[in-house]
Amino acid sequence: MTVTEDPAAAEVAPEREIGKARRRKEDARLITGRTTWTDNMVLPGMLHLAVVRSPVAHGKITNVDVSAALEAPGVVAVYTGRDLADEQGSIPCAWPVTADMVNPGHPSIAVEEVNHVGEAVAVIVARSRSAAADAIELVDVDYDLLPPVLDMEQAVKGEADLCHDHIESNTAYHFVFDAGEAGTGGDTEQAFADADVVVSRRFVNQRLIPAFMEPRSVVVQPQGDNFTMWSATQIPHVLRVMLAMVTGVPEHKLRVVAPDVGGGFGGKLQVNPEEVIALLIARRLGKPVKWTETRSESLMAAHHGRDQIQYIDVASDREGNVKGLRVRILADMGAYLRLITPGVPALGAFMFPGIYKFPAYRFECDGIFTNKVPTDAYRGAGRPEATFAVERIMDELAVELGMDPLELRRKNWIQAQEFPFTTVAGLEYDSGDYDAATQQALELLGYQELREEQRRRRESNDPVQLGIGFSTFTEMCGLAPSRVLGSLSYGAGGWETASIRMLPTGKVEVVTGSTPHGQGHETAWSQLVADQLGVPFEDVEVLHGDTAVSHKGMDTYGSRSLVVGGTAVVKAADKVIEKARKVAAHLLEANEDDLEFSAGKFTVRGTPGTALSIQEIALAVFAAHNYPEDIEPSIDADATFDPVNFSFPHGTHVCAMEVDTETGFVKIRKYACVDDVGTIVNPLIVEGQVHGGLAQGIAQALYEEAVYDADGNLTTGTFVDYLVPSAADLPHFDTGNTVHVAPGNPIGAKGVGEAGCIASTPAVVNAALDAVRHLGVRDIRMPLTPERVWRAIHQGGDGGDRATAGTNAYGGASTESTAGVSTPASSLGGDL
Amino acid sequence: MIPAPFEYARPTTVDEALQAVAAGGEDVKIMAGGQSLIPVMRLRLAAPSTVVDLGRVAEMRGVREDGDALVIGAMTTHAEVLTDPLIAQHAKLIAEATETVADRQTRRRGTFGGALAHADPAGDLPAVALALDAEMVIAGPNGRRTVPASEFFVDYLTTALDEGEILVEIRVPKLAGEWGVRYEKFNRVAQAWSIVAVAAAVRRENGHIAEARIGLTNMGPTPLRASATEAALSGAAASADAVAAAARSAAEGTSPSSDLNAQADYREHLAQVLTRRAVAAAAGL
Ligand SMILES: Cc1cc2nc3c(=O)[nH]c(=O)nc-3n(C[C@H](O)[C@H](O)[C@H](O)COP(=O)(O)OP(=O)(O)OC[C@H]3O[C@@H](n4cnc5c(N)ncnc54)[C@H](O)[C@@H]3O)c2cc1C
Repeated sequence: MTVTEDPAAAEVAPEREIGKARRRKEDARLITGRTTWTDNMVLPGMLHLAVVRSPVAHGKITNVDVSAALEAPGVVAVYTGRDLADEQGSIPCAWPVTADMVNPGHPSIAVEEVNHVGEAVAVIVARSRSAAADAIELVDVDYDLLPPVLDMEQAVKGEADLCHDHIESNTAYHFVFDAGEAGTGGDTEQAFADADVVVSRRFVNQRLIPAFMEPRSVVVQPQGDNFTMWSATQIPHVLRVMLAMVTGVPEHKLRVVAPDVGGGFGGKLQVNPEEVIALLIARRLGKPVKWTETRSESLMAAHHGRDQIQYIDVASDREGNVKGLRVRILADMGAYLRLITPGVPALGAFMFPGIYKFPAYRFECDGIFTNKVPTDAYRGAGRPEATFAVERIMDELAVELGMDPLELRRKNWIQAQEFPFTTVAGLEYDSGDYDAATQQALELLGYQELREEQRRRRESNDPVQLGIGFSTFTEMCGLAPSRVLGSLSYGAGGWETASIRMLPTGKVEVVTGSTPHGQGHETAWSQLVADQLGVPFEDVEVLHGDTAVSHKGMDTYGSRSLVVGGTAVVKAADKVIEKARKVAAHLLEANEDDLEFSAGKFTVRGTPGTALSIQEIALAVFAAHNYPEDIEPSIDADATFDPVNFSFPHGTHVCAMEVDTETGFVKIRKYACVDDVGTIVNPLIVEGQVHGGLAQGIAQALYEEAVYDADGNLTTGTFVDYLVPSAADLPHFDTGNTVHVAPGNPIGAKGVGEAGCIASTPAVVNAALDAVRHLGVRDIRMPLTPERVWRAIHQGGDGGDRATAGTNAYGGASTESTAGVSTPASSLGGDL
Repeated sequence: MIPAPFEYARPTTVDEALQAVAAGGEDVKIMAGGQSLIPVMRLRLAAPSTVVDLGRVAEMRGVREDGDALVIGAMTTHAEVLTDPLIAQHAKLIAEATETVADRQTRRRGTFGGALAHADPAGDLPAVALALDAEMVIAGPNGRRTVPASEFFVDYLTTALDEGEILVEIRVPKLAGEWGVRYEKFNRVAQAWSIVAVAAAVRRENGHIAEARIGLTNMGPTPLRASATEAALSGAAASADAVAAAARSAAEGTSPSSDLNAQADYREHLAQVLTRRAVAAAAGL
């Protein structure tokens, strides 16, 4: 073989970046921690805050004595709710889902009363973190105890105790979506009246804690009448606007920076009381302040997620054609309405019909106040709850009809050729093929073999039974079309913005309004820009998270970043090319229309050898010695993208589960999923997101639950009792993809951040039930603790309530508010 | 998560340690690996005025033989236990149980003696020490004394250690004859404490079970022996049926607690299942 040097071959287009499994460029610094985590910030003269928190769930504050704390070494000041009452306003709620929604108001520091354990009642300001912590126990607060409201089903009864005595009931709002009234479906009551078969269930979607790795942290630096806030937040842009509105610090005097942020999962999509407090105190004292929470503070006082009781009815004919869906939910708001507390369950309203062609649908949701920490966004926010309910009830219907659960689903799901499809909830699903994803998932799992093994185990009465569970799901991503958000009474839009700055040396700065907190935006955005502008991946730097650098944005949540924020980047890059085209035409002395742009270069059609790279043009524009008369010497560009529709990833998740009927222990034998997230920009990131999502979705099914005792103490107050699984507890995941590009954005991406978390929970529970249904089990409440599974098998019912005492390990150190259970004689020396 | 202020002493010999403890007064705390003590101090459930850190007391570390017994220094870490050849040879049950303790990081710091002195009913090693008839060698202001495991664990987090005393070493009789062992731990996630666990050592002789020793973890405020099951197994046939029948009395005389992980009746049930499994495995069935 001879090798000939072909000069043209050297000019081949660079490999496309989109689709490449690039390792994330941000990971080295994130993983080693050698970066600007907020708590790593140290400013000259900085003071430290520690929050005194309520140990009672419900009570009137009768006295707060701070005198001893004020005298403690290193303490500079102590503030109570009274001290800040005139300036603290209320934590904002941006989503009044109904016109008559009742918002009791949410002081950052309690003034008159406390409504959940862990609510702030005073703040210590001290010269060191430990001095501040030491002074906490010197603050003496007296409470007149009130009965705590903890159980939603009790709370909605007429004679119930009230969570807030200045409002009339424990119900914040009653939200209804009725397809008949909306014109998107038939009459639901009629559909049920006419149905051959109705299956009704009550599901409990338990309270979860986001449990992000980096605890919340905030630093505020006053400078003249300006303030800079660094915060471990998902939403620096939203936070800036909200803080300006709450505290009266003018927006242009406030800069918010989210430096590197260690996870959030929705838990940092918030305007936190502690952020408000830090800003107010920095303003009062004119000194920089820092607050960083402890893990147990985080579990107790950062917002929780989920927590719904779902009453769901499905109507069908004998052949398994579904006729109607009716859903009523009680959604626990906790004690207050935070940023989007009321909106989370209401968003779910649109996802209960799932991928099925229900001809009729009615949804009602009551938002209920209880004396627990508020709920708010948590990975999936409304969609996991809905997906769980519909995927569970489809299995129950299949059982009732004696049908194969997949056959029932297939019969009712939207067919590939029916896209775009407008659902009974009024959403227009964009693209997909549910059957293709399902086929692929079954192959990945080795379905037939496992079904065979299941039969064998059943026949031999094996103490370890096997079950297979499905979840054929979709979700709405790419939050969101601003006009749709407006129609849902959300307080803001859902656009995203980006700018591209072409530096003189040809390097590229991309400014994104979508602030990452671990997702890998820097890598993915670089890949997008590298392809679009034809520059090397390494030449792109992505800037984010600082309102002084990225002045506009809607930040990161709802699987929106690539779909909306990535599209803004692509559109900005297109504008850069268009601007550069004018300069290129001028410099190449050619007509603009004769220019071709590819692989980062402008060439003149029919004139080989003439070429000017976009990076060269960046330098030419910097020098600005020679450019067209009618333009500005700049090829930088901004773009803002507002989608017209959501995107709808979908997929099929299949779980094979072993259940030890002797102990109730469940173990995932195999897990396969095929997700359609549209175009895949970086397969490694997509797989990582799927894995992480699966871990959290499986955790809801099997491990995690925020449990309060009868007094309203959080007994799952440490990671000893709030069980977050690790890699050792999770199976190998067999993942795959189908790709149906999203028509709603030029990238074709649908969003992957929440998919695994939304889809997996019902697949896991369905699998466990499939293993033991022949033993008479109808339902098992999440999380499927071994005890619950064992009770459901051997005693009937759904496994029942768990005892609410924290475990005895760790000296019984459940929470800081519950005293330890050790005795004076014990090795820990008794309660303090 | 910041402990209250405390004084700190780091002696290098047992005698110095005893002096430091005596000098520390009533609110003194001994610290071994700190894996149980530091968390409760950080939660401010314990606020000692002085902490005496045994980390530098070299004589309390390591494993040696002394005739028919192994002597394990109280400050021997879990990680050291796991790689120690003497333990592998003569007290495999300890290694098997230690392997289930926490995670790698915790096992690097946590100590055998600390785990016993802490006497957490959910801790894995007390039941093992009890099943193996270990003896605790305790040093105090008036010299040394030896307390059998059966008298050492007094109550929840409470041992026979008196004020001013230090657990120095643990004597574990070597198992002589054809012993099989098994630690059967039941928990929900890998790094968690036992909901219930069973430590079993079984000696077989001529197709029969000559002797069984069974320790129960987290079936009451202290570790317990499953005495009724032990008695039923003594001389029983080495068969699955005999083991299953004997295991049915495993929860007799226990008083487990009810908490998030398990209510008492379920713990009693688990004790039976796990005892059956542990004994069967130890007996090679
Ligand atoms: C995340 C995590 C998970 C864990 N999981 C498990 C588990 O699954 N199973 C398990 O068994 N354990 C578990 N542990 C506990 C671990 O085994 C500890 O190492 C052990 O309980 C205490 O040992 P230590 O050396 O750290 O003792 P320390 O914490 O230093 O001391 C514990 C107590 O014993 C006293 N003490 C210690 N040494 C002496 C001595 N020589 N003389 C007198 N008093 C003494 C101390 O004063 C203190 O009161 C876990 C710990 C952590 C942090």
